[in-house]
Amino acid sequence: MTPHSIFRQIILFIAICLILFIFNIVTPYVLNAYLCMIVIYCGINIILGTSLNIINGLTGQFSMGHAGFMAVGAYASAACSYYYLSPLLNSLSTSSFITLLVQQFFLVIALIVGGGAAALFGYLVGLPSLKLRGDYLGIVTLGFGEIIRVTILNMDSLGGARGFTGIPAWSNFFWIYFFVVAVVMTSFRLMRSYHGRALLSIREDEIAAESIGINITGHKVRAFVFSSFFAGIAGGLFAHFIGYLNPSSFTFIKSFEAIIIVVLGGMGSISGSIIAAIITTILPEALRPLQEITKLDFRMVIYPLLLLTLMLTRPQGLFGNKEISFSFLKRKKSK
Amino acid sequence: MKKVNFLLLSTLLIFSLTSCTKKTDQNVIKVGEYGSLTGSEATFGTSTHNGIMLAIDELNSAGGIAGKKIKVITVDDQGKPEEAASAVTKLITSDKVAVILGEVASSRSLAGAPIAQRYKIPMVSPSSTNPKVTQVGNYIFRTCFIDPFQGKVMANFAKNTLKAKKVAILRDVKSDYSVGLAEFFTKTFTDGGGKVVVDLSYTAGDIDFKAQLTTIRSKGVEAIFVPGYYTEVGLIARQAKELGVSVPLLGGDGWDSARLTEIAGNSLDNSYFSNHYTAESKDPRVAEFVEKYKKVFGQVPDGLAAMGYDAALVLIDALKRAKTLTPDDIRDALAATKNFQAVTGVISFNDNRDAEKAAVVLAVKNGQFKFVETVNP
Repeated sequence: MTPHSIFRQIILFIAICLILFIFNIVTPYVLNAYLCMIVIYCGINIILGTSLNIINGLTGQFSMGHAGFMAVGAYASAACSYYYLSPLLNSLSTSSFITLLVQQFFLVIALIVGGGAAALFGYLVGLPSLKLRGDYLGIVTLGFGEIIRVTILNMDSLGGARGFTGIPAWSNFFWIYFFVVAVVMTSFRLMRSYHGRALLSIREDEIAAESIGINITGHKVRAFVFSSFFAGIAGGLFAHFIGYLNPSSFTFIKSFEAIIIVVLGGMGSISGSIIAAIITTILPEALRPLQEITKLDFRMVIYPLLLLTLMLTRPQGLFGNKEISFSFLKRKKSK
Repeated sequence: MKKVNFLLLSTLLIFSLTSCTKKTDQNVIKVGEYGSLTGSEATFGTSTHNGIMLAIDELNSAGGIAGKKIKVITVDDQGKPEEAASAVTKLITSDKVAVILGEVASSRSLAGAPIAQRYKIPMVSPSSTNPKVTQVGNYIFRTCFIDPFQGKVMANFAKNTLKAKKVAILRDVKSDYSVGLAEFFTKTFTDGGGKVVVDLSYTAGDIDFKAQLTTIRSKGVEAIFVPGYYTEVGLIARQAKELGVSVPLLGGDGWDSARLTEIAGNSLDNSYFSNHYTAESKDPRVAEFVEKYKKVFGQVPDGLAAMGYDAALVLIDALKRAKTLTPDDIRDALAATKNFQAVTGVISFNDNRDAEKAAVVLAVKNGQFKFVETVNP
């Protein structure tokens, strides 16, 4: 990497931050809070879908425990900010502007704690179970997700069955889409790196991959840790947005929602996951007026029907293996 | 790729349409309602919704409030807390409601309440009994009693009516509701000179309770307090009878289901539980309500329907008294509710915005719930 290209990347990073910051300020004036919320849920689902895509799409391992990792991240970051950071923030009696800055800084700490905890769990679960394949791995991860949920259900300090109340609502558009950009960029870089190629080869044929010297378990575990880290981040953002957590939000149905995003977008396609996450978030909300007008629950009839038609007409998912290409934006490289 | 574009466009189109359909009508008061109309607790949401609509339709056909009709906008949350949060956000920011009714379950009220509080829109929960709900803030109300009160009611009932001196407790450790009831029962009962001889636990989903019941049998108690939900309570009653434990079982409103006696058969005879309301009451208000409800919906109203009806009545009363129809004035009018005669009792809000009202104690006899007594706070 030349100094020139590092410089270019820094410029790119600052530009992205600036754009997000402007959006963060402008959106509340353009959209009402309900539409803002849908946009934010889209962001959280993009992080969730794109991160699961690394395991389910890219590596071809069928994980059904994504809600579990999300729950770990959500509760870990919520506990961190509720028990440590929030009291600390209140004890600082400074001007409101500095408080706001410190608060945003604390949010990042809480998110990293959440992501880290989820990644740790990803490692612990991944190490023994990734020697399994296909359906067996699916069952193990499904079981893991339920264990997490039931454990939280029995922890009084995390609210138990009643739910965790009083989490500071620090999340905002900026951080949610900052992590959206982060997960998408790192996924793209990963896919085109040596590791990504290794993961792809594992998906296509494990034995062939092993025969050319790829450490299968090692790569799988790394993919698992990477994916669960971002699931944890998504959980943390969710917790700090909604301000309330309940174990019943993290049942296996949540895992299936993430799987739907991956399958709908096309296994292994990052652009597909993004578009599918947006569709699966907006569609149920957009169908809401239908239910209010007809007084019948058509919402959950039409939504699955649309998914069904889509899967029947495009079994490979919206994008299949392809990506939306931005190559026309780049200057032609002389190579 | 064309298909993708088409799909994207159509979703965006639907999406943009939703934001255009808003109409501001000056002659309508908008009331939002969120509830579990679908999902695993759909009966809760539907009953409550029926009760609310009965009250609102009555008012509208009688001319509304000062010529203004009430329009209820109902949003389904599928029994999921995160959906409840988005439902409340939608009601407040997109539909611009002045006040919100909901939810039945405390977990979903707890998800929705902080949002209502943030936007300063009053919210009235018909039947969330967990104390935490109204602690969210000064815009959150409830028209039912809270869990500690039920524990107290049953402790006094055991002491005064059953003349029991020694009781056993069998609680569901995983349920906040059950643990809360058991704690307040113990406190009231021991303060009154009684003794809790043995305090055992189970977990929702258990099917074998013989170990706990055998221990209880050996202690010679006069009653067993089982503050759980109907599925486990039914099984406990059955197994108690098999083991020859013949003392009455006592419980809370979690028993209120037709499924209870289906599971327990006749083994629950002479057991008692506290509830919000009974369709059997001799009160003419209740009789009138049951009659009206039967006419419209063709069935006897359950507790939640009555609670929904009452929540709507309290709200209508507050809307009539409110100086203007801004959320702040509605909140003040709600907070000033005193001695309001509703179907399930006389409702006054205390400083915590919880309704202070009477509970009823029901007896189980031949598979039917019979009214025993009313206990005032």
